[in-house]
Amino acid sequence: MPLLEVTNLHVSFQTADGVVKAVRGVSFSVDAGRTLGIVGESGSGKTVLTQTLLGLTPGAHVSGLALYNGTDLLQLNENAMRNVRGAQIAVIFQDPLTSLHPLYKVGWQIAEMIRAHEKSVSKKEAHDRAVDLLRRVGIPRPETRVNDYPHQFSGGMRQRAMIAMALALSPKLIIADEPTTALDATVQAQILDLLLRLQQESGTALIMITHDLGVVADIADDVMVMYAGRAAEKAAKRDIFYAPHHPYTKGLLESIPSSSAAGGRLRPIPGSPPSLIHLPAGCKFHPRCGYVLDRCLTEEPELRQLGQDAYHSSACWLPVKSAGLSEQAEELRSQTVLEERGEAAAEVFEAEIAGAFGIDGSVAG
Amino acid sequence: MTVPLNANADVSGSADDDVLVRVENLVKYFPVRAGGLIQRTVGQVHAVDDVSLSIPRGKTLGLVGETGSGKSTLARCVAGLIPVTAGRVTFEGRDITNLSRRAMRPMRRSIQMIFQDPYSSLNPRRRVGAIIGDPFAIHKTATGSERKRQVQELMERVGLNPEHYNRFPAEFSGGQRQRIGVARALALRPLLIICDEPVSALDVSIQAQVLNLLADLQRDYGLTYLFIAHDLEVVRHVSDSVSVMYLGRIAEAGPKDNVYGSPRHPYTTALMSAAPAADPDTAASRQRIVLVGDVPSPIDPPSGCRFHPRCPKAQPLCSETEPQLEVKAGDPATHVTACHFPVKAGENLAAAGRSELS
Repeated sequence: MPLLEVTNLHVSFQTADGVVKAVRGVSFSVDAGRTLGIVGESGSGKTVLTQTLLGLTPGAHVSGLALYNGTDLLQLNENAMRNVRGAQIAVIFQDPLTSLHPLYKVGWQIAEMIRAHEKSVSKKEAHDRAVDLLRRVGIPRPETRVNDYPHQFSGGMRQRAMIAMALALSPKLIIADEPTTALDATVQAQILDLLLRLQQESGTALIMITHDLGVVADIADDVMVMYAGRAAEKAAKRDIFYAPHHPYTKGLLESIPSSSAAGGRLRPIPGSPPSLIHLPAGCKFHPRCGYVLDRCLTEEPELRQLGQDAYHSSACWLPVKSAGLSEQAEELRSQTVLEERGEAAAEVFEAEIAGAFGIDGSVAG
Repeated sequence: MTVPLNANADVSGSADDDVLVRVENLVKYFPVRAGGLIQRTVGQVHAVDDVSLSIPRGKTLGLVGETGSGKSTLARCVAGLIPVTAGRVTFEGRDITNLSRRAMRPMRRSIQMIFQDPYSSLNPRRRVGAIIGDPFAIHKTATGSERKRQVQELMERVGLNPEHYNRFPAEFSGGQRQRIGVARALALRPLLIICDEPVSALDVSIQAQVLNLLADLQRDYGLTYLFIAHDLEVVRHVSDSVSVMYLGRIAEAGPKDNVYGSPRHPYTTALMSAAPAADPDTAASRQRIVLVGDVPSPIDPPSGCRFHPRCPKAQPLCSETEPQLEVKAGDPATHVTACHFPVKAGENLAAAGRSELS
């Protein structure tokens, strides 16, 4: 049984401009000891998705099922949820400066969290555990740094302190929401290394939310690509990178400048993501997609399994065989589009000929 | 063979007359003040410390470095937005260091800047047409319907719908706002555009659109770019030559292929190994050099080589003597490194870095 199983989650917000459909029917699961990478651009719903699981989206209209160890997280009241947050499921946010209280010592904040959940722990014990935790995440001289205020820590150290706090109650699942986005490359490498090492030590499940495919390539086992509030594609990491099926996944990969294409032209995805209030009809990606079929304009594709692979699934009408980055796959995609257009084009052509010669008596060319 | 390099060595390797911008021994310190009513200077932030570089006409120099490396300060000094403490900036052979506002004004037509954050660099209460038309108004080059026509041409050129002339910035997405910034920078047909992290705030799919636009404009108008970014792959994509900055100094500089292909400074090597690669096989096979600690404070930079406290190769000499930028054995004359113990081809720094960490 997976540690966390989310089924058909919908989240929407009522705003003055209309209903924002932030998450529209997302299902996924995470097993203990695994890392799920959730990739998406701004507004893809990746953060709302995970915050909803922890009851951090007040005022939202939520439906669906989110089973954590058999309990539906979406049905928990605030008191029960408080016992889950931190103790069972911990969160690491992007910006450690806004998630640490500036007026309290770092060690005190960690100790306070331990004591809030474990009433029998004395102040002294909690303090010692905070020192231990800071040592585990690689803070030098933790005995003295434990009494520092957040502003005395550098960005990387603050993020380490956040991770220490997340680990404090040995949670089964850690949700890391862009934990390294605000950090420099060399510090990011330190933090990713740390997360991997801690995961191996404790067997925690990890959900890594990021817009950076490089981070996913580094530490994820499985990947879910989100677009406009839905999963566009779900697969094991290697399949996402080497055999993507959804044109959006493929577009994301091709947008990244890489050493192989240095100096050449990039192939960006045209246009920009849709407004979550006024979503286009049919497939939400169709206005930006290079392989649009007639069907895409009217019918939104559901996530479907690709071939034999139980885990690789994609929400796209293109044939299953067209997965991949190779030229063959490309050709197959274009072929599919051409075939469909071919029929339509032939009809238009015939109609034009007929018109020009006035055969059916309508407008002459 | 170690050839000492004179201060204004040209990392691009092109002839002198081809150089559009030259920065010589530029120093920029910011005073650190303390005290209530009576302020006194208690220290200096060594933001940029003795940096030299030059950019040939029509080329792109990529400036790479982490937070606090001084790359943005350097850019602002080149643009004449802040006075420099010492050193010289020349543009088309003219000394433009610390010019008065009045004397600088005609130069600003030739030197423009694109900023990182398209949300805070555009006035939210002014219409897009007015924002892009500002350079024409300030420099009195076009008025009335002529200005409108030129603005709409610019909008079309950068991929915006000219009919959106009367819209406010809030009605545009992040990528479109960055296009507005590009249009504004382009208005007076500058020779040099300083791009300070122009795509860092954008999503990947949009980032590629803006990078392609910048490449097109460079080709069509022969623009010269000083391109600042922390993303190494982006810099590799756009640059002809690259300078790597660390704590206010240039650690390594040279043609792109040399610096990326055979980095000699341990910091460059570490930076490149730390950059996430969007390829699981590369990520798995790569030996990542994890640097210890954080970037030290630029108020009190380390003695000798500024990188020595974090360097896996550091020796006693490194904390005593500051290494100079010089050509290392086997490198072309355009590839310079400031390191006493440069990295050799095939050398494994990852092992050294790890043993220190544990």
